[in-house]
Amino acid sequence: MTANVIVSGSLRNRLAIILTGGAALLALVLYLVVRALAAQVAQQGQDNILSASMSSVLDTAVIRDGRVMLDFPYSSFSMLNTQADDRVFYAIYEGETLLSGYDWLVVPDDLAPENTVFETTTINGDQLRVATGSRVLIGSDGPRNVSVSIAQTQDALSNTLNGISRNVAFLGLGFFLMSSALAIWAASTTSGQMRRLTTSVTRRGPQDLSPVTKAVPSEMAPLVGSLNTFMSRLDHTLTQSEDFIAEAAHRIRTPLATVRSHAEATLQRVDREDNRKSLQAMVRAIDESSRTAGQLLDHAMVTFRAENLEMSQVDLADLLQELVLGMTPVAEMKDITITMKVESPATLLGDAILLQNALRNLIDNALKYAPAETSLLVEVSRSPTLSVSVYDEGQGFAPDEIETLSGRFVRGKNMGNKVGSGLGLTIAQEVAVAHGGKLTLSNRPEGGACVTLFF
Amino acid sequence: MKYLLVEDNLELAEAVASRIRLDGHTVDHAAKIADAIAFVDTSEYDLILLDIMLPDGDGRHFLKQHRARKNFTPVIVLTARSQVSDRIGLLDLGADDYLTKPFDHAELQARCRAVLRRNAGSAQSLQIIGEVEFDAVSGHLRVNGNTINLRNRELRLLELLIANKGKIFSKQKLVDRLFSYDDDVSENAIEVYIGRLRKHLEGSEVRIVTLRGLGYRLDHDS
Repeated sequence: MTANVIVSGSLRNRLAIILTGGAALLALVLYLVVRALAAQVAQQGQDNILSASMSSVLDTAVIRDGRVMLDFPYSSFSMLNTQADDRVFYAIYEGETLLSGYDWLVVPDDLAPENTVFETTTINGDQLRVATGSRVLIGSDGPRNVSVSIAQTQDALSNTLNGISRNVAFLGLGFFLMSSALAIWAASTTSGQMRRLTTSVTRRGPQDLSPVTKAVPSEMAPLVGSLNTFMSRLDHTLTQSEDFIAEAAHRIRTPLATVRSHAEATLQRVDREDNRKSLQAMVRAIDESSRTAGQLLDHAMVTFRAENLEMSQVDLADLLQELVLGMTPVAEMKDITITMKVESPATLLGDAILLQNALRNLIDNALKYAPAETSLLVEVSRSPTLSVSVYDEGQGFAPDEIETLSGRFVRGKNMGNKVGSGLGLTIAQEVAVAHGGKLTLSNRPEGGACVTLFF
Repeated sequence: MKYLLVEDNLELAEAVASRIRLDGHTVDHAAKIADAIAFVDTSEYDLILLDIMLPDGDGRHFLKQHRARKNFTPVIVLTARSQVSDRIGLLDLGADDYLTKPFDHAELQARCRAVLRRNAGSAQSLQIIGEVEFDAVSGHLRVNGNTINLRNRELRLLELLIANKGKIFSKQKLVDRLFSYDDDVSENAIEVYIGRLRKHLEGSEVRIVTLRGLGYRLDHDS
């Protein structure tokens, strides 16, 4: 069944990949955002301290004797102590003139009076954070602009950031792993629903076309709905064609039966040999056509079922008993006695309808070809394997035909005037093969034919 | 015997009914289920021959109703379908036997006989001619107090001759009436069966006489 399905990818894998990929992306975004936020918060902290330190220096600025004087309070540097022993630099300008400190710390252009500007620069490969503030002092000779820059290396900050980054990375990885596990679980539960539906459909017998009644998730409802519609259409079509075949058979067989009955009745009143011959030919042709039609239908049914055997425990003794009972009236017409010999238990796992069809053909043949007032033996044997043999006391098979008789439409030379389709043994053979067995024909040493179905 | 034939095809019904009448039985014919129910309600039958596809319904429903009303008259179904599962279904519904159309009259007769024998008791089949008692259903012949079990072909031959006492049958007519055309029964075989019947009837007033060139006739001296 699955052999002719074109498979393109797997829903479960696709779902799992999309969900894990999404989780990975989210984990990365989480990592970046948290890290950026942490960096911002840490920077804010450093900026506040730098600003406070810078302000405390700037607050000491006074004009004395026409000169600008500044002092470094102790706290202005002690507050800048870090665990990483960051280095601190400063520069004090009055206007464009450096009063004290490092001349590479220049006053930014956009510095407005009474304002604080933060910037990051790099000196000798060290990253520095610089806070610059300015103040206007009013002296006797007019306003004078004093600015103070305090710079600090960022070793402690980057240590903190690295620590936070590591933690955030672990958090992201954990988030990713958990999401992946969830993704795989979700994918398998989803595909599990489909697998359960598949199992419930596959487990049905070949004749079961009833709708799927199992509850399914709403996403699968359209598929199951289509499946149910499709099956009910198929069921409808099958029923229709069965009805059609039955109707067709009725329409054809009833007039045939009429013709046959009339021909038979006329035969009772007609004495002229040539008229009798034509009437007999007519009856014969009708029998031949109806028998062939029936056997062709049976053969088609056997071929179909052989591929979808409906297995059950079949008791061959019961099956044969019923068949023999049904055929006894026909046997009596020729005063043939049918004897059954069964080695029980004679049960096998098989398709009852096929087995019945095959066995009926065997008994039917024996009754047809055996002479009147003889006996027929139906024997079920268990050794070497389970087998059913039908023995008659007729003239047996022509030895050169034994190999070919089970072929389609092949009929023996000994058939005489008997009506037959040449399909009986073919059907029996196909049923035997479908059950892993075989059909053999032989002649009995004491005369008569023996047909055996081995299972 | 009294038969009810339920068949919607009038020509087939006529042909089958005339053939059954030829065997000395009475036949009522119903073309619909409604008619069949009316017949069954007003009359006693020994056997019902039932078609499946009828204009006013499925013969199987009739069968089901028939059995549900505790009517045990045996039913033989005449069906155009030959599917095995159909046959099983018919027997489950209470049919006693079935026959696929078109059918051999000899086989219909044989199946009727088998069904009647199984349901023996209700059927009045005993015929008495002087010292000879003959039961066509069970196949027993009693001559001067001795019971003889007749073989089927002897039984059918004797039944035919007794039913047409005093009438001449040619060997060919006997073959036509009693056997399927593919039975390969020779006219010599008829001589054999006649010989056996004569032996069984020895010592009674019932005789089968040979009329040279014409055939056989059953006579009863009295």
